Amino acid sequence: MKSIKLICAAAAILATALALGAAARPGLAGSESDKPASATEIKIDNFSFGPATLTVPAGTTITWKNNDDVPHVVSSDDGKMFKSKALDTDDHFSFTFTKPGTYNYYCAIHPKMTARIVVQ
Amino acid sequence: MADFIKDNINKDGIDRRGFLQCMAWAGTGVLYTVHGGILKSLPLMQGAANAHDMAKMKGADFSFIQISDSHIGFSKEANPDVTATLQVAVDRINSAAAPPDFLLHTGDISQLSKPSEFDTAEQVLKSAKASKIFYVPGEHDVLTDNGQQYLDRFGKDTKGNGWYSFDHKGAHFIGLVNVMDLKAGGLGSLGSDQLKWLQDDVRNLKSSTPVIVFAHIPLWTVYPEWGWGTDDSEQALGYLKRFGSVSVLNGHIHQIMQKVEGNVTFHTALSTAFPQPAPGTAPSPGPMKVPADQLRSVLGISHVNYVQGNHALALVDSTLA
Repeated sequence: MKSIKLICAAAAILATALALGAAARPGLAGSESDKPASATEIKIDNFSFGPATLTVPAGTTITWKNNDDVPHVVSSDDGKMFKSKALDTDDHFSFTFTKPGTYNYYCAIHPKMTARIVVQ
Repeated sequence: MADFIKDNINKDGIDRRGFLQCMAWAGTGVLYTVHGGILKSLPLMQGAANAHDMAKMKGADFSFIQISDSHIGFSKEANPDVTATLQVAVDRINSAAAPPDFLLHTGDISQLSKPSEFDTAEQVLKSAKASKIFYVPGEHDVLTDNGQQYLDRFGKDTKGNGWYSFDHKGAHFIGLVNVMDLKAGGLGSLGSDQLKWLQDDVRNLKSSTPVIVFAHIPLWTVYPEWGWGTDDSEQALGYLKRFGSVSVLNGHIHQIMQKVEGNVTFHTALSTAFPQPAPGTAPSPGPMKVPADQLRSVLGISHVNYVQGNHALALVDSTLA
């Protein structure tokens, strides 16, 4: 019985050591911060972006998700910084904002849909 | 159908009794002419005696059909089978006594600009008894490759993003593209290249030439909050100001709207796929659900009759019910 307990204890210690080791491994994104990058979601509903203004820290990855029955195209105002393909219902698009600033964007096929990201 | 309008009682070119008779036939149909005095001799459908007399004249009368917003590829609750309803529209076209000279499709042929969607649309429309189909793109048709696929399929002999004009029996038709390079916060857009082309295109036409313009997004401001308008359409219409008869046929809004401004008549068509709400009556202009047994009554096509010499354009909208 004692030998089994020892084996179990050893296994437990080993498992714990492995778990701690995994946690200590740096993140794949190469972020300088110890904390993992946060993903923040914007929902597209009824031909509008929600929230219309989103403020995030630099390094944030934002994900847009289309809940409408029609496709939308998420595009920076200049059409160059970021532009998704046509997102059908339930499709999503992500972009990581690394530099502080205000980034206006819109839907390239329904241009009255406008919103912005404020990166601090 | 034998009824047609013939009594000009008040000498104002409007025969109310005949009008009502025609309305009964057309059901939901909206009859509408550019020029007073025309209804006197204008049959709604081919077969009446006057049509044959008119046909003897050079340039004669003709009819065509506007269809719009087939959205092939859409498959949600508002209409789970848009291919079937497009086929119903084609069947309606084919059941007329005489085939139209051609079809005009005012855009949003596909839902997502997918090749399979364009294939299916072309396949269904091929069964229409019309010698030719003219297209202009909707915003749903130019979602990939900046509209290159649309141009490859439908843009033969067009300029720029797909604009063009042609003459038919004395009338001048102009297909415009207002769904490209849309700017943030804006409406539809024609752009300076197209406007310049338009100005040149109509420069040498006689002012008596009937002009029919077709484009996807309305060329008048129907409801800007929902993007239902075109930022630079005023300039385009300015080039057409001198013409005695201008008709503007649009789609995009999936409902019938009409406006007359001087010599210009504006008309938007029903969709063959799904309806959209009236301006401001819903949170957004997305597909509007109706009970399944009512769907066909809110989808439709538009028959357009032109009679030579009177600059007339008589338009009847009919549903698929």
